Amino acid sequence: MKKTKNILAVTMLSGAMALQGPVVEAQDGPNAIRPFKVHFSDTDLKNLRQRILATKWPKKETVNDGSQGVQFATMQKLATYWATNYDWRKVEAKLNALPQFITNIDGLDIHFIHVRSKHPNALPVIITHGWPGSIIEQLKVIGPLTDPTAYGGKPEDAFDVVIPSLPGHGFSGKPTTTGWDVVKIAHAWIELMNRLGYKRYVAQGGDWGNAVSETMALIAPPELLGIHTNMPATEPADISKALASGTVPSGLSADEKNAYQQLDFFFKKGVGYANEMSLRPQTLYGIEDSPIGLAAWMLDHDVRSYELIVRVFDGQKEGLTRDDILDNITLYWLTNTAVSAARLYWEASQNAKGGFFDPRGVKIPVAVSVFPDEIYAAPKNWAEQAYSKLIYYNKVDKGGHFAAWEQPESFTKEIRAAFKSFR
Amino acid sequence: MKKGNKILASTVVTGALVLQGALSNAQTGTAKEVSIETIRPYKIHIPQADLDELRRRVLATRWPDRETVNDQSQGVQLAKLQELVRYWGTGYDWRKTEAKLNALPQFMTNIDGIDIHFIHVKSRNPNALPLLIIHGWPGSVIEQLKIIGPLTDPTAFGGRAEDAFDVVIPSLPGYGFSSRPTETGWGADRMGRAWDVLMKRLGYTRYVTQGGDWGSVVAETMGRQAPAGLLGIHINLPATLPPEIDKALNDGGPAPAGISEQERAMFDALSTYRKSGAAAYGVIMAARPQAVGYGLTDSPSGLAAFLLVHPGFAKWTYGSDPQQSPTKDDVLDDFTLYWLTNSATSSARLYWENMGRAVISATAQKTADVSVPVAITVFPDDVYRAPETWARRAFPKLTYFHEVDKGGHFAAWEQPQLFTEELRAAFKSLR
Repeated sequence: MKKTKNILAVTMLSGAMALQGPVVEAQDGPNAIRPFKVHFSDTDLKNLRQRILATKWPKKETVNDGSQGVQFATMQKLATYWATNYDWRKVEAKLNALPQFITNIDGLDIHFIHVRSKHPNALPVIITHGWPGSIIEQLKVIGPLTDPTAYGGKPEDAFDVVIPSLPGHGFSGKPTTTGWDVVKIAHAWIELMNRLGYKRYVAQGGDWGNAVSETMALIAPPELLGIHTNMPATEPADISKALASGTVPSGLSADEKNAYQQLDFFFKKGVGYANEMSLRPQTLYGIEDSPIGLAAWMLDHDVRSYELIVRVFDGQKEGLTRDDILDNITLYWLTNTAVSAARLYWEASQNAKGGFFDPRGVKIPVAVSVFPDEIYAAPKNWAEQAYSKLIYYNKVDKGGHFAAWEQPESFTKEIRAAFKSFR
Repeated sequence: MKKGNKILASTVVTGALVLQGALSNAQTGTAKEVSIETIRPYKIHIPQADLDELRRRVLATRWPDRETVNDQSQGVQLAKLQELVRYWGTGYDWRKTEAKLNALPQFMTNIDGIDIHFIHVKSRNPNALPLLIIHGWPGSVIEQLKIIGPLTDPTAFGGRAEDAFDVVIPSLPGYGFSSRPTETGWGADRMGRAWDVLMKRLGYTRYVTQGGDWGSVVAETMGRQAPAGLLGIHINLPATLPPEIDKALNDGGPAPAGISEQERAMFDALSTYRKSGAAAYGVIMAARPQAVGYGLTDSPSGLAAFLLVHPGFAKWTYGSDPQQSPTKDDVLDDFTLYWLTNSATSSARLYWENMGRAVISATAQKTADVSVPVAITVFPDDVYRAPETWARRAFPKLTYFHEVDKGGHFAAWEQPQLFTEELRAAFKSLR
């Protein structure tokens, strides 16, 4: 099935344009920006439900923890909820209540949410998701960022937000040739902001979103004032060496020791998923054919977000709900993007010069928020070494890898504080 | 669904006991092990509903889009997989293999809490050497079917009567018709001990062991355990990497100085192999067998793609060369066995149990402690070609080393005749 058959791009120009305010984007020609609505057919949703109910299961893991991967009991709870109570139409309506667009950049359709603030001096921010995330991760911060006065902020905290779907992810097109790596994406985002008429803007991201934002910062177009990251790449060279050799360096501060241990765990036990996608993305046919296979693969990202998700399906109240988690997984399923998304790892590994967290040498202003349950909590001195213009650094007391999704309130506060100096 | 509900283990005790012959008297184990019920004849019968269900799923596969490259560097190519899967859903017939397997004497016995399935074919020659053959991943007993005849009945396959073997071919715990461990601890050490119990239970007091892939690891482990009666081992994926080579590869550094041209060529090939990502499948199974397992358990096409990513299939032509062994049917027999026995996840757990010990590293596999005679055949297309110099350093009692001119990772499956000749030559001195 081709994506184009599944998705109705409704062209309700009038409604969409009203939201655009004074800047009128091109509607024709190669740079056209077309309004976009999400609609999946009932057949697609029925098929998904049938597949979940017909799942052929492995046996329970031979351990009593998550050390062999997503636990059987959690997957069964997820499957039951997904097939019986979950309603995709709710999130579809939520998405369609937002102004969404498609524009073709460098031969690829790029989907994005674009919400302008009613406040005239709003600062434009492009927010980039990562894996296993999507634009679903960012939905809760759109209101607080664009309409601060309704969410305990001041008018001068306002942002215009642009939230694109990465190539191969969600409603963006799937590259059919190689080359759509982080660098190409960064150039595309610069073009996107340019196409939207923004002459001064900032960029934000975690996970791949960090890689894209940092790469935009390396390209450093004059319009880009600075970036904010919630998964900074700050791992010092001597720490990388120590991690590879297994000799814990002496004289580490408490924060450094914590980060070292988190990284050590990640590289030894936590990176299997990335390794597989970096090396053989096309091998993952199973997650394109099996919703439960896909869900398990996506849940197994980092140990603390996994533990949080386990608690959610055990009925505990957390920053994410069962619906949040399944909205994101269902988006991957319905857009048939499990493998195309995985290819970003392959692309990145083709020209990889270092590890995920190696500093890139960003010279423009960088703001860092450290969420304690992230893959690693970057110590301040590492951030200072990694970014020559560190304009903001703050350790938040709660939250993990999916910061915007899980802790929208503190995430919003962080973004407001981080970019204050650019207003 | 429980495996026990799906498979009919027929208890044709009479017929099977005949096959056990005099061996049941020769037990050396405890009174419990001597009990005649401990070895039950076994026949496979997969319910038709399971086969229909497999076909339905195969034909309903939801596919990703095509890879963005024109080679296998991102994994199994869409067009090739689709063609194979189409055949799986239309032309392929599991019942043929089922009949082939059921024509062989198969048994089930419980060892250390696990039901172990095994093929046991005795030669007519009373002096036949008992041989335990251990498969690996993504293999199964299916890999070994072509060598049973030549090994047990050599005179019918160009050999001499004194070349005869009795063969015992078990399914690894968590694989095929053996049951799945429900607790941790079923790594190579425990398997090695179980295989010795099996051979002793069959009454064999003198025997040899053979293995490739995990089979090599388990055979080497048995070589270290050196149970009484284990005369020697033959391996075709030997752990020979010397410590300095191992270290240089791990560090991504240059080759150590002073090595021979052949060693350097091997070093370079291994270095390229590691960087190419050919071993990614092993990394994820070692790290998170359960994570990758859900999709493989629920999607036959996903399972096939994941099994095909093993470098042992890198030169496989997907059946387009009908002369090539394994054939399309052979490979689908193996994949179907994994599917029907629901062993995708349980088989992957062996990587997790192994705790990241490199399969071809002499240090990791403690080959210096292998105290029984070791015979090695190097098949040129296997994941690496062990140089003789490394093999001599790794194994104190190397009694046989031969590099043959064809064959790869699935040596018994690909080159059954050559593989048989190698086993005959390798174990000649131990008879």
